[in-house]
Amino acid sequence: MNLEEYKGVYVFAQQVDNKLSGIAFELVGEAKRLAANLETKEVTAVLIGSGVKNLADELAEYGADKVILVDDPELKDYRTEPYAHALSSVINEFKPEIMLVGATAIGRDLGPTVSARVQTGLTADCTQLEIGDFPLVAIPGQEQKHNQLLMTRPAFGGNTIATIACPNNRPQMATVRPGVMQKLEPKKGAKAEVIEYNPGFTPNNKYVTIKEIVKAVNDVADIMDAKILVSGGRGVGSAENFKLLDDLAAAIGGTVSCSRAVVDSGWKPKDLQVGQTGKTVRPNVYFAIGISGAIQHVAGMEESDIIIAINKDEDAPIFDVADYGIVGDLNKIVPQLTAAIKAELANK
Amino acid sequence: MKIIVCIKQVPDTKGGVKFNPDGTLDRGAMLAIMNPDDKAGLEAALRLKDQYGAEVTVLTMGLPKAADVLREAIAMGADKGVLVTDRVLGGADTWATSTTIAGAIRNLDYDLIITGRQAIDGDTAQVGPQIAEHLGLPVISYAQDLKVDGDKVVVKRQYDDGYHMLEVKMPALVTALAELNDPRYMTPGGIFDACKAEITTWGRADLKDVDDANLGLKGSPTKIAKASDKVRKGAGEKVTPESPEDAVAYIVGKLKEKHVI
Repeated sequence: MNLEEYKGVYVFAQQVDNKLSGIAFELVGEAKRLAANLETKEVTAVLIGSGVKNLADELAEYGADKVILVDDPELKDYRTEPYAHALSSVINEFKPEIMLVGATAIGRDLGPTVSARVQTGLTADCTQLEIGDFPLVAIPGQEQKHNQLLMTRPAFGGNTIATIACPNNRPQMATVRPGVMQKLEPKKGAKAEVIEYNPGFTPNNKYVTIKEIVKAVNDVADIMDAKILVSGGRGVGSAENFKLLDDLAAAIGGTVSCSRAVVDSGWKPKDLQVGQTGKTVRPNVYFAIGISGAIQHVAGMEESDIIIAINKDEDAPIFDVADYGIVGDLNKIVPQLTAAIKAELANK
Repeated sequence: MKIIVCIKQVPDTKGGVKFNPDGTLDRGAMLAIMNPDDKAGLEAALRLKDQYGAEVTVLTMGLPKAADVLREAIAMGADKGVLVTDRVLGGADTWATSTTIAGAIRNLDYDLIITGRQAIDGDTAQVGPQIAEHLGLPVISYAQDLKVDGDKVVVKRQYDDGYHMLEVKMPALVTALAELNDPRYMTPGGIFDACKAEITTWGRADLKDVDDANLGLKGSPTKIAKASDKVRKGAGEKVTPESPEDAVAYIVGKLKEKHVI
C-alpha cells in the first residue's frame, strides 16, 4: 500500500428515502475542519442511493467540494452488500486519505464491512477527531508520523477514553457519533463538482431480500435538538404511566426521551432512546425520572448542563451524575411538579 | 442444522461498575460475565435447536479463563465449546480479532453464525460484520428477531427509524441485540454436562488461511495513541424530601435559580 497515493477527506453522505441524514452535514463540517490542516483541503461526499442526484447541491451548501455519486436501482434501500460494494469501490478507485462514516444503525454495519474489504483499520463511534502526530510524543528509534488522523472514542460504556491512530493503512477510517460534530452554516447556491461513478452491481449470495419496511411513527421532535428533556426509565412502570412525563414536558416546554429499558419493553420507540446505543444529548436541562443510571445511559446524557434525577432508590447510580438528586416516588412528585410549573409560568 | 455462536467474556458494567477514589474505573473489582448481546445470540441459537434439533457450537477468543463462558454456554444447552487462545493473538483490534475468529471458523461446518451486535467493553459492533466479510458471507446486523425458513434465515433488522424484515439464504452471519430474547438459565443437568465437557482449545497453528501479518497487536491496523480512564463529573446535591410537596418546592426552586422557568 503506497500511503502517498491516498489524498483528501471523504465522508459517507447517508440518505434514507431520498433525504440526507443530519450526520451527513455534521461529517462534511468536521471534514472541512480536518482538511484545513492537510495538504489536500478538498472534502468529498460519497452519495449512494437510487435517484439521489438532486441531493448533491445540499451537500455543496454545507461545504462539500466534490460529490461522488453512486446511483443504481440496487441501492434504493440500504442493504449491506450493494452499499459496501459501492463505498469500497469508491475507496479503491479514488483513494481517500480519510474516510468518515456516521455511527448510525447503517454506518455501524457499512463501516466494518467496508474496512475489512479494503483492508484497513476502523475506529468505532468517535467523539473527537484531530490531525496530529503518531506517536503523540517522539520515541527514539521509532518513526514519528505527522498529519495522522487521531480518533478519540469512549469505551467501557463511556468510562474510559482512548485515542487511536491508523498509521500504516489507508484510508484512515472512523465511524463518528451523531450529534457531536458541528455542521457549517449553509451557503445558499454553492455548487460541488459531481462525479458519477458506477462499479456495476451483480446480485450474489450476499444480497439480502427486503421483505418489508416498517417505519416507526415519528411525530415528535428530534431529542438531540431539545433544550429540555424529560426522560423516563424502567421505574416509570408502564407505557401508560409515561403520560406523567408527557404532561411535565408539555408544561415546561420540553420533549420526552427514555432509557434503553423502556425501548426494550416496547413502551417508546428507539428514536427517543438516550445512551450508548441510542442518542447522545446535551440539553440545558435533563430530567432523569425512574432511570437507574446504567453507564451506557449516562454516556449519552452526562454533558447536559443541568441534570435533575428523581428515583426512589437512594443508591441509584444516576445520583452520581445528577446536579440535583431527589429520592422519592415519581408517581407522587411528577404530577405535582407539573402543576407547580404550570402555576409558576401562569404567574409570569 | 449447524450453528456457531461467537461469545466474549467481558467485565460486567451493568449496575456493578466500581470506581477508584480518584474517579477512575476499578477493573479488578468487576465480575466477568458473558457479553449480553452474545447471550441473546446464544439463546436464539438454542431456540432453533429446540425447534429443529440444531447442533450449537460456542466459540470464544481470549485468555485461558475465557473457557468459563464456554462452560456457561454449555450449561445453558450448547453442544460444544471452542477456545481460541494464544499469546501471539493478544492485543488484537477488531481487524485482527475478526481475522483470527474467521481462521478458526474455517475449520468448522456451519449453516448459521450468530454473534452479539457489540461487546460492552469495547462497544465497537465491528467484529461480527468483519468476520462475515472475511468468510464471504452475507451479514445481517442488529437482529431484533430471528427465524429460519427452510434454507433461509429471516431477520427483523433494527434501524433508527423502524425496522426491515430481511431474508437471505444460509450460510449467513447475524448479529444479535440483547433485546432479542430473555436468555434461559443454566440447568443443573447442564451444569453437570458443562463440568465434564471437553473444551477444544486452538492456538495460532490451528487457524486456517490466515497470515501472521494480520494477527495480534502487530497485525492490528489501529494503534492506541493514548488511553485514560475518564474522570467523571462529580455528584451534585442529593436530597430526601419529607413529602412530595417538599420535593416539588426544591425542584421549582432550582429551576428558578437557574432561570429555566
